[in-house]
Amino acid sequence: MAQTLLQVEDLHTQFFTSRGVVRAVDGVSLHIDAGETLGVVGESGCGKTITALSILRLVPDPGRIVSGRILFRGNDVVKMDDEEIRDFRGNDVAMIFQDPMTSLNPVTRIGPQIEESMTAHKRFTPQLAKTRVVELLTRVRVPSAERRARDYPHQFSGGMRQRAMIAMGLSNEPSLLIADEPTTALDVTVQAQIIQLMKQLNRELGTAMMLITHNMALVASLCQRVVVMYAGRVVEEGPVEQIFRSPQHPYTWSLLRSVPRVDEARKDRLVSIKGLPPDLSNPPPGCKFHPRCPFVVDRCKIEEPPLGEVDVEQVARCWVLMRNVSEQDIAAAKTSALSVDAARKLKAPIAEVGGNPTA
Amino acid sequence: MQAAERAPQTAVKVDPIILRVQDVYKHFPIAGFGGLAVRAVDGVSLEIRRGEALGLVGESGCGKSTLARLITALLPATRGKIFFEGQEITAMRGRRLRRMRRKMQMIFQDPFASLDPRMTVGDIIQEPLDNFDIGTGKERQRRVQELLRLVGLNPNFTNRYPHEFSGGQRQRIGIARALAVNPSFIVCDEAVSALDVSIQAQIINLLQDLQKEFNLTYLFIAHDLAVVRHLSDRIAVMYLGKVVETADRNDIYDHGQHPYTKALLSSIPVPDPVVERGRAPINLKGEIPSPVNPPSGCRFHTRCPIARAPGICSEVEPQLEPHGQPDQLAACHFPGEV
Repeated sequence: MAQTLLQVEDLHTQFFTSRGVVRAVDGVSLHIDAGETLGVVGESGCGKTITALSILRLVPDPGRIVSGRILFRGNDVVKMDDEEIRDFRGNDVAMIFQDPMTSLNPVTRIGPQIEESMTAHKRFTPQLAKTRVVELLTRVRVPSAERRARDYPHQFSGGMRQRAMIAMGLSNEPSLLIADEPTTALDVTVQAQIIQLMKQLNRELGTAMMLITHNMALVASLCQRVVVMYAGRVVEEGPVEQIFRSPQHPYTWSLLRSVPRVDEARKDRLVSIKGLPPDLSNPPPGCKFHPRCPFVVDRCKIEEPPLGEVDVEQVARCWVLMRNVSEQDIAAAKTSALSVDAARKLKAPIAEVGGNPTA
Repeated sequence: MQAAERAPQTAVKVDPIILRVQDVYKHFPIAGFGGLAVRAVDGVSLEIRRGEALGLVGESGCGKSTLARLITALLPATRGKIFFEGQEITAMRGRRLRRMRRKMQMIFQDPFASLDPRMTVGDIIQEPLDNFDIGTGKERQRRVQELLRLVGLNPNFTNRYPHEFSGGQRQRIGIARALAVNPSFIVCDEAVSALDVSIQAQIINLLQDLQKEFNLTYLFIAHDLAVVRHLSDRIAVMYLGKVVETADRNDIYDHGQHPYTKALLSSIPVPDPVVERGRAPINLKGEIPSPVNPPSGCRFHTRCPIARAPGICSEVEPQLEPHGQPDQLAACHFPGEV
């Protein structure tokens, strides 16, 4: 059994807006073991980024961690004072963001920027930091690193900038790297290079990784375990292969079938999830997914299911579970996204109507 | 559907090729650099058949969006000809071009930027009808409601403003606007890229339904090959201003002839961890060269894993010729060798 590096327990992060309290993260528990790669997936607004920012205590105003514990090697991040949290951010955890264009300082050369991240945390002397820059850039496979360290960010391409960001993230040898959509802004061939790089770094350095993404394929390629989030909650969690082979929560199931696969030439209809994600300042009663769920039963509308064990190391928050859904209902769900023709024949509105517009 | 509005598709023999692009160039001169130009589209020929969906893929900067703008006559070509329904649009001006535009519409990437925030949804969808002076006021209003229903929105939403809708709903409004004038050809430039996965599936299904319903011809431009392959009958791959391969959607993955096609397809992860473990992306060396001064010979030779350079690949430019499966063209000296 690997050592637990990070343990998030019943985390609640809320935003206090003029329109009410938005429960962005609503009782999330998850853990990451040392050296492990964990994927956190869900659509925009499901709370995955806010969970990551909460771990770093970087939740923007008017948001606040309301309750819960974030234990990193047994120390509660929520209770750390300013000095401790600074030390934690620099030395234990690093985060890389989606857009490498906006996260680098445009008027400072790449080398000194990476140096600064090392000297700021007083872990390395300025001299040592300087020599480490070239080493780090080489590690993330930036060609002719010594020369490129003297370039400004605008002289780097998108992929190279993301490499520089990763180098900066690794500069203080963190034991956990949080990557928020690290490849979304990149072209596919560059994306493949970055994914490969992250795999290699995980192997070579043993850095644990938390990958936040909406891209299921990326999780399949990079992660060992996956947490699926919906409306600020964990709805399913388990080993990647198990989740992909036999998802038990209808949301996970739909998510996996809503994306076309490049290696398949079938022209089946995609499973589309009807409606929109709920407004987190006024979530629906019962299971948060029930208004959009194709397999909803009465109980789902009243009582929220707990996160229950469904298989070895796999948990899901559902009263129904996919294994109890009949073949017939599954087939019906696949076609429930009615075509225009079918809708007309049945005199039904087209099933994919996107809910009510927000007022 | 108002019968009078539909184009009569009867007795007259219909050309199976709806759009023909013949050796088209678009160079953007760089001011102050005497004669230097960005060669965004640099000699492209392709055909789109009536009723098919052609997917156009390639990485950023390969010229796919410029080509779309040339095809819809939003940009004048530097050289070459484009024929739409047998008529040369590259030679058209004024009223004739306007009439032609009614038959080709575009759906854009960003549903937040492509709808005027100060117009109501009704006005947005009605605008093309006003522009082309189609029907009376009453008829136009009826048509707007019909279009809203068609794209899966509540027909009573006409008085609402774009900000009241989600991204997916706005994209539906954009689609309704494109359909308003009964076009036969629709260009979708990254039409689903900005949407969340579950919403993306809704829009993809809608686009497929509409194609069947109205016998539309689509040109899909996207960087997401999985989406393009799902939506298209045929795929064209662009690299640095040139089409390097075209093939049937069924052949492109297993029988891709051009090394770039192979590399592009192998780069995309598959949502299946078991399959993923056995896949290895073909890594391309270096970066996309500048379109101002593209490499000699085959433009891909600087990054190609099998290039004979110096040699034939760096000296002779390969032409788009039949290779591999029927109906497949590739511009490579060593097709199928990767």
